[in-house]
Amino acid sequence: MFRQLRTRLLQKHRTMSYPNGPTPELPPRFAGRPVLSTAACQDDCSRCISTCPTGAIRRRDDGSLQLDMGLCLFCRVCEKACPHGAVCFSREYQLATAMREDLIVTGDAADAANAKNEPAARLFSRSLKLRQVSAGGCNACEADSSVLTTLAWDIGRFGIQFVASPRHADGLLITGPVTENMRLALKKTYDAVPDPKIVIAVGACAISGGTYADHPEQHNGAMAVVPVDLFIPGCPPHPLTILDGLLRFLGRV
Amino acid sequence: MTRDGFLRLRNGQAVDRSDAPVISREQFRERVIGELAAGSRLSAMMVVPTEKTDTYQLFTVVTDPGSCDIGLLACEVRKSYPALTPDCPAASWFEREMSEQWNIQPDGHPWLKPIRFQPSRCTTGAYGAAIRPVIGLTDFFQMDGDEIHEVAVGPVHAGVIEPGHFRFQCHGETVHHLEISLGYQHRGVERALVGGPNARTIHYMETLAGDTTVGHSSAYCGAIEALSDTHVPPRGEAIRAIGAELERMANHIGDLGALAGDVGFLPTMSYCGRIRGDALNITAMLCGNRFGRNLVRPGGVARNVDEELVAKILQRLDDVERDATSAIELMFDTPSVLARFEGTGVVSEEIARQIGLIGPVARASSVNCDVRHEFPYGLYRFTQMPVCTWPSGDCFARAYVRWLEVRQSFSFIREQLHSLPSGATRHECKNLHPNRIAVSLTEGWRGEICHVAITDDEGCFAQYKVVDPSFHNWFGLAYALRGQQISDFPLCNKSFNLSYCGHDL
Repeated sequence: MFRQLRTRLLQKHRTMSYPNGPTPELPPRFAGRPVLSTAACQDDCSRCISTCPTGAIRRRDDGSLQLDMGLCLFCRVCEKACPHGAVCFSREYQLATAMREDLIVTGDAADAANAKNEPAARLFSRSLKLRQVSAGGCNACEADSSVLTTLAWDIGRFGIQFVASPRHADGLLITGPVTENMRLALKKTYDAVPDPKIVIAVGACAISGGTYADHPEQHNGAMAVVPVDLFIPGCPPHPLTILDGLLRFLGRV
Repeated sequence: MTRDGFLRLRNGQAVDRSDAPVISREQFRERVIGELAAGSRLSAMMVVPTEKTDTYQLFTVVTDPGSCDIGLLACEVRKSYPALTPDCPAASWFEREMSEQWNIQPDGHPWLKPIRFQPSRCTTGAYGAAIRPVIGLTDFFQMDGDEIHEVAVGPVHAGVIEPGHFRFQCHGETVHHLEISLGYQHRGVERALVGGPNARTIHYMETLAGDTTVGHSSAYCGAIEALSDTHVPPRGEAIRAIGAELERMANHIGDLGALAGDVGFLPTMSYCGRIRGDALNITAMLCGNRFGRNLVRPGGVARNVDEELVAKILQRLDDVERDATSAIELMFDTPSVLARFEGTGVVSEEIARQIGLIGPVARASSVNCDVRHEFPYGLYRFTQMPVCTWPSGDCFARAYVRWLEVRQSFSFIREQLHSLPSGATRHECKNLHPNRIAVSLTEGWRGEICHVAITDDEGCFAQYKVVDPSFHNWFGLAYALRGQQISDFPLCNKSFNLSYCGHDL
């Protein structure tokens, strides 16, 4: 008993005060929101496009670049390949959006995309129970989602909880590109969640197929099977990006 | 060099494809079984299509801890060959895999059914069927009797984990048989690797099993470096090894916390959940990503460290070690935890060897195996890692071996950070040589990772085989459950903590 109390003291109070207190520290080499510079980009060069492993970067009709964060692995290959500095990765961690098309970054100055879902915020802002379904996920998005339940992040303080059954849930948190072998199980799990319900897609795979995009063994993300209300990009997204996405979705920050 | 009919090579060495001896099916069976009986492990079996339709070469990779040699042997098969499994249970999963992928029948296999329910990789279809099998639609081993009942769990589980299906045959609370049916995570990685390497290849490797990013990407880079005669600079090797040990440490600490949670000991569960995150954050200091993405690249590593970063990492390491030690030793000193760990899910050394268990799970059953020690690669050629074993083979042993390894990883990382070699971190890789075969082994945190790469006339991958440690160990979990209470399944499962996507590929 004394040993346990002593250990408890040694381990200290660790729950972070975010979002009321300081933002948790991000690693110095963290890759956040990509920033494109139309002015710096040279029309005759397409090195960023050809080196991107998932085809996330394209040239628009007017010749300027666009980058789809839903496909992006944040591997920074494009940043290294570009000799003009037209692609770089900022330290901005607020990446989640409510609309798929808002994940597309262009060179134009844009406001931060909206992640708030009014009906969901009204219903779930003080209590959101989620069932996690991994449908071909590699266990990285899963790990960085479940880390939010540990005592440092403690999403329980926002009323958010991962529950054991879809019957107890208000929605699904999906990871992975949705393999053909998980398609039916995912659909059945979704159907088992009582209405009204929401779906959150976490990670490049669940949004677009990511590294596995266009493999015949999978379905290019959750949208092929269920409607998605919140997109949290990354490979995997940092826990802070996931938490920020959930809180903005619920209108809590 | 050939010995006992096998072509012998070293870890991370490439040889001409034509040098691999191709013998008759009967001789092949005899030699492989003889080699395994003499103490070698079966590390990989793979099928390579030939120019003739419906004719394949069946490659076997055996690893001989005694001589630090890797043995290669092949035979030519058409539709069937005599199964190895009846004399060598470790081959069972491989033979089921080859049958599913290439429709090659292992005659006499006692339990031939799909392991992944994946589309066939040859024209005739798995088991000769025209359509792909439907996931989960299969016969399971069943017991009969008035009081026997069957429990089915999955693919969607209660926790935040990957999907798989488990069938228990129970009499009361006692599990007499557990059959594990996987494949839900199949993403078609091995098929997509053929024709590479390309821009996506390294990202496949980093997500084969996302919690083993450094382990798998290091194995892949070992194969690429062997095929292109690239030498990795010492500083690159050191940073790779630091990344690998950080990965081992973070995952083991997370597992120990989860084991505490499965027996209801909440203090250690809560502490370790956070400490694991802190360990992952050290990896993120190296490369910006908590799972070691974008760190290991062919020819070395993509990220360098300076003195300031080394000092910061060392300080964080001290914090993590202090917190982990107090949290984990508390658990091992608590009698109620030990009462649940000890004697639960016992796998004897003899069984562990027969079914070919590897990694910490095997070491917990006294099996003295560790790639870092037996087939040293990278930095482990210059620094010895002692092998941590424990004799009891139960959940306690599987937990304790992890803790022993965490402590070694701490001192290893510290030692390497204090004596980082200077110089470059990466050398450019040239093109891959055509018609070569390379075997690359690494010790991931779950155990031996085996990659076999074979190049074609153009120097592209003709075939690429990935064997995740989970592939060897899933049957070990099924075995550990025999005679146990069904309520001990979560504890036994966590004590193995195997990868679903690493198995399903």
